[in-house]
Amino acid sequence: MLFYSYFKTLVGKEVTVELKNDLAITGTLHSVDQYLNVKLNNVKVVNEAKYPHMMSVRNCFIRGSVVRYVQLPPGSVDIEILHDATRREARG
Amino acid sequence: MEDVPPPGTALVEELDKLLMVQLRDGRKILGILRSFDQFANLVLEGAVERTIVGLLYSETPLGLYVVRGENVVLLGEIDESRDPPPALQRVPESEIRIAQRAEREQEKIKKTMKARMDFLDFID
Repeated sequence: MLFYSYFKTLVGKEVTVELKNDLAITGTLHSVDQYLNVKLNNVKVVNEAKYPHMMSVRNCFIRGSVVRYVQLPPGSVDIEILHDATRREARG
Repeated sequence: MEDVPPPGTALVEELDKLLMVQLRDGRKILGILRSFDQFANLVLEGAVERTIVGLLYSETPLGLYVVRGENVVLLGEIDESRDPPPALQRVPESEIRIAQRAEREQEKIKKTMKARMDFLDFID
């Protein structure tokens, strides 16, 4: 559950989610669940002209299985803490 | 540890709302979400498929649809004040089929051209 916990700390921050179909969506992280499904508010599609169907969408739910990358705001990850948590989780 | 919400509750807030569902094959289906589960299997009432080609679109009525979760890419909440997007122009289904065919031909030509030029590595 490490990444789930980590993503929960990012709620309210602006992230860009890149999907496996190359669609990239920027928005405010509203929530995340244990499958790493994410909900974004106030979304903006990075290449809007190419994806006109997203023009009437303000909030969206993205299935975790179709996510390729999540681009995080700079400074949002404290490597030290994540490193410690990883070891703790690995020890169980 | 922290409290994890029970699986499959993520879409409760979307129930009874008009949604745009994008599928893995690129199709877009609009409908009112009536049910779902932890796999994002969905039941959509009054579903229509919106086919978009360039700045033209058309809508095909589908009825009551069950979508298997694995095909779901994203669910967008439709802002009804901005839908359909003003930049798009609605045309009859027959017209969109013609436009779709033309677009596919274009893609095919582009692909073969690219394949032929492949030995020139400066082409993107």
